[in-house]
Amino acid sequence: MRLRCKVNGEALEADDVWPGESLLYVLRERLGLPGSKNACEQGECGSCTVYLDGVPVCSCLVAAGQVEGHEVTTVEGLADGDRLDPVQQAFVEKGAVQCGFCTPGLIVATHDLLERRCQPSDPEIREALAGNLCRCTGYEKILDAVRLAADRKAAS
Amino acid sequence: MEFFKPATWSEALAIKAEHPDATPIAGGTDIMVELNFDVRRPGALLDLTEIAELREWSAVGDGFRVGSGVSYARIIEELGASLPGLAMAARTVGSPQIRNRGTVGGNLGAASPAGDSHPPLLAAAAEIEVASVRGTRRIPAAEFYKGVKRNAMEPDELIAAFHIAAADGPQQFAKIGTRNAMVIAVCSFGLALHPSTRTVGTGVGSAAPTPRRALDAETFIAAELEWDSPGPLRDSVLVRFGELVAQAASPIDDVRGTADYRRHALSVMARRTLGWAWDSYRRN
Repeated sequence: MRLRCKVNGEALEADDVWPGESLLYVLRERLGLPGSKNACEQGECGSCTVYLDGVPVCSCLVAAGQVEGHEVTTVEGLADGDRLDPVQQAFVEKGAVQCGFCTPGLIVATHDLLERRCQPSDPEIREALAGNLCRCTGYEKILDAVRLAADRKAAS
Repeated sequence: MEFFKPATWSEALAIKAEHPDATPIAGGTDIMVELNFDVRRPGALLDLTEIAELREWSAVGDGFRVGSGVSYARIIEELGASLPGLAMAARTVGSPQIRNRGTVGGNLGAASPAGDSHPPLLAAAAEIEVASVRGTRRIPAAEFYKGVKRNAMEPDELIAAFHIAAADGPQQFAKIGTRNAMVIAVCSFGLALHPSTRTVGTGVGSAAPTPRRALDAETFIAAELEWDSPGPLRDSVLVRFGELVAQAASPIDDVRGTADYRRHALSVMARRTLGWAWDSYRRN
């Protein structure tokens, strides 16, 4: 099928898409957006988290055919040109990255959390990020980054 | 593989009538795992996410008609106060990302004994509304689950909604897993006190070929509870209730746990949830 959808604000088309392939595959292999990571392909790890119509989802669990006519925002779409999103900036400053594989999903999940709650408590942060696994066990720095981004957002 | 993307419910039913083997897909949290790992390759997928009415719920009589496509996240957010048992179960589903996509309709369609929404649907005596081009019918939850991953639906039917009464008393849900997020139930238990009818509803999950009620436990406890002058429950009553719930299960040994462990855990969950619910009833 020919798939038409809006990705990071841009209307895009991809040809020869198999409708049962995942949105994650479409993003990485057909649209050249490798930010969303392919780790578990079963919704367990959150590394492929993107916004679909404004709601965070695991892109590995969305069928390509379901995206036709819909709007996707990936981690690539969060920065404003060369200016990182405050969540990205906080992850850089706090060193909340080890191997980096889980980072895109964590950044999208954190971005969504801070859209909904500007001063989340630690339990709220943990709950919001419960679907994102870091196998380097770098969670302390990640929590630091979320708190920093939240503080800056509250101050701005 | 064909991919059908009906915009309306009547269109979806017409497609399902013509292609009974088409696999419905909503949140995709089950189907996409099978497709990604090439476990199953259905001849056709029937995408239900474009049908607006499946994402709607409405208050009907003393309860709700909830469209099969309402996500777990929305059940928690929008219906949690009226359907506390189902909302508690919904909070244990996967992760925020999964709860944003996953639906009770998907749980019912998959009919896995481990599905988190089944125990609270059983405890609240919910009914499943299924439809085909031939018409619409309602199936009580207790008659809906027919076997491991089998339900009472005909090949041309789709799940439209479920009907569930607003809680008339305290409800509880407990689930055993290895962590709090992203976990398939080792076993689970749902409980609903119904002061208006002086009955207690139960639902046992992941401990038999199908989700099921614990009928002897329901009968026993309904007779024991002193609804009008609620005092503390005797330990012997709590223990007996737990035993009867465990006896209602017929669990197996598998990768997630042994049958013995499941029986033991069920008796503990039943005892605790009853204690919590009864304490809450006494306080009000």
